[in-house]
Amino acid sequence: MDYNTIIITVVSLVALGIVLAVILYVVAQKFKVFEDPRIDEVEAVLPGANCGGCGLPGCRGFAEACVKAETLDNLFCPVGGNDCMAKVAKALGREAAAKEPMIAVIRCSGSPDKRKNTSHYDSAASCAISAMLFSGDTGCPNGCLGLGDCVTVCKFDAIYIDPQTKLPVVSNEKCTACGACVKACPKNIIELRYKGKKDRRIFVSCVNTEKGGIAKKNCEVACTACTKCQKVCEYDAIKIENNLAYIDFAKCKLCRKCVEVCPTNAIHELNFPPRKPKPEPKDEAKAENKENKETNV
Amino acid sequence: MLKTFPKGGVHPKENKFSAGKKIETLPLPKQVIVPVSQQIGAPSTPVVAVNDMVKTGQVIAKAEGFVSANIHAPVSGKVTKIDFFTDSSGYKRKAIMIDTEGDEWADGINRDPSLQKDCSLSPEEIIKKINEAGLVGLGGATFPTHVKLSVPKGKTAEYLLINAVECEPYLTSDHQLMMEKADEIMVGTSILMKALSVSKAMIGIENNKPDAIELFTRKAKEYKGIEVYALRVQYPQGGEKQLIKAILNREVPSGGLPIDVGCVVQNVGTAFAVYEAVQKNKPLIERVVTVTGKSVKSPSNFLARIGTPVSQLIEAAGGVPEDTAKIVNGGPMMGKAINTTDVPVTKGTSGILIFRDSEASRKEMQNCIRCAKCVSVCPMGLTPFMQMAVVERALWDEAEKYHILDCIECGSCSYTCPASRPLLDYIRLGKQTVNKIIRARKA
Repeated sequence: MDYNTIIITVVSLVALGIVLAVILYVVAQKFKVFEDPRIDEVEAVLPGANCGGCGLPGCRGFAEACVKAETLDNLFCPVGGNDCMAKVAKALGREAAAKEPMIAVIRCSGSPDKRKNTSHYDSAASCAISAMLFSGDTGCPNGCLGLGDCVTVCKFDAIYIDPQTKLPVVSNEKCTACGACVKACPKNIIELRYKGKKDRRIFVSCVNTEKGGIAKKNCEVACTACTKCQKVCEYDAIKIENNLAYIDFAKCKLCRKCVEVCPTNAIHELNFPPRKPKPEPKDEAKAENKENKETNV
Repeated sequence: MLKTFPKGGVHPKENKFSAGKKIETLPLPKQVIVPVSQQIGAPSTPVVAVNDMVKTGQVIAKAEGFVSANIHAPVSGKVTKIDFFTDSSGYKRKAIMIDTEGDEWADGINRDPSLQKDCSLSPEEIIKKINEAGLVGLGGATFPTHVKLSVPKGKTAEYLLINAVECEPYLTSDHQLMMEKADEIMVGTSILMKALSVSKAMIGIENNKPDAIELFTRKAKEYKGIEVYALRVQYPQGGEKQLIKAILNREVPSGGLPIDVGCVVQNVGTAFAVYEAVQKNKPLIERVVTVTGKSVKSPSNFLARIGTPVSQLIEAAGGVPEDTAKIVNGGPMMGKAINTTDVPVTKGTSGILIFRDSEASRKEMQNCIRCAKCVSVCPMGLTPFMQMAVVERALWDEAEKYHILDCIECGSCSYTCPASRPLLDYIRLGKQTVNKIIRARKA
């Protein structure tokens, strides 16, 4: 047997291995990327939905931003909420200010019985395409198209189209206020608002900018900018711009006076106990309240 | 064998009901609505005020920047409003509204119908005149004509192509104009040749218009450098890229313009408008519009002022039939359904089509089975089913890789799809979004 062949092979391979190892080591040292171990720690406490609701590319991007930023004031994970931010703050040894929880609200209540069709749309079932072609198949050029781009885009299964009203409905429990539907809606109908105490919310469920008469003609429940709500509001929370009333959720004290005066029922209240002219047994009110919660339009 | 473009295309039923109908001049409308944005490019800026008296042909809105066009008063009368109106899509658009009073024309417009052959102007003067007359491509895309004629530095035009194909079914406005104004179109073509400093012009006419081919071949002998080509009937031959491929067998590169292969394409209607603008000083204030449909009483070709309400045109053709389900502005392949007939004729309105329910409704969409019929009919050699799939999933980078921006929106894919998939609707959405992304990237 020729031992020489074996020896030469072994020696040359070992030599090659050593040379390559040295090169790899030098290169690895030269191009070393330092990654803060805290990024992994922060990422571990994030929900991992990768929804982009924070405005950054995924949870990893958010974790990197948290580590890099000096304060956590401008960073917020809408899905994880305050609990998650507290954990992030703890991992980084910083403070995170608690934020009011938010939720998406649908600012249109033009169901087919309130808002008559003026034409018939039979192309692709996509709001974006419909909005590109025309203002919509009803008289209102600002209203919901009902084709469900918000439903498609929701990663949390929190929106569905009510078959009766043909309008989207947001689930109180599932919505994380990531804002994907807000971006997807070509009519800018969806807004993120304070979730409110006991999930109680008041908002103008209309976004039309037509003058009162025209708006009313197009849709029975349109805001006509009659200013009644503005006058009755004691907290200066309502402003009227472009023929449309808007309730500032930071100022609103949920007194419900505007809801009562609105002549077109354009202002909606959600999850309030039913108004009782006379005092009623307490448990009944509670039961009805529960029902209300499930069907918040 | 007749020439045509080699890839894709469809041949829908022609239904040219209004063929051979003489162009009727529509009576002056009582009121006109003139949108300030009738062209591709920047909207024009109004230069008149409410209560001003204007004369027919007077400039009422000035071009805003290079890619834009002047707009002239189509009638004489009083400006009543400069305001937003609801257009055929339901969105608001700015317009100048004029109440017609009398029929006074602005100075310098020659209304004598006699033919004026000679043109002694220099190319620059011709382009300036065309620019002032507010000319845009009258085929439907409304691209400002002077922009096409201003050849960018480093490029040279070799040929002028006149698009007399009229490949859209139903429409006959160009055909009828050719039959009635052949000499004017020829002079207009010569003027365009002069403006571009080219020695050769080619007029492409589809073979379903034998009378026009015969007439133009005869006329072409009188004019230097103009040739007439009969083309096989195939939609979308009127797309400029397809026309260049059919006549010259040159291919415009992806993302390029006809000038990249030494060509400038103008519509036959534009050639006539050029004649009127240069020889008669008449700005673009009227155009030929076909009003047609199976149920229309008398399908006709009208010469209508810009701003005439569509309802008046339909009335002149016998009114809206009772069983109407859809009214389309433009051709059946590329036109757009309108929401109301209270909208004006604009520079791009080539036809008004009226469809019954059985013709208008779409079938329910089914799943794509990858039969690739859309691929085989795409005249641009694209893959519409893939483009729709990536747009549905909002994969915009992928959409760009599939050359979505090369789509000419002819609609052959949607027309052919056996599963009735709205391919073009999705592709349009994709084009719009990808364009936005590219613009953001550049900025």
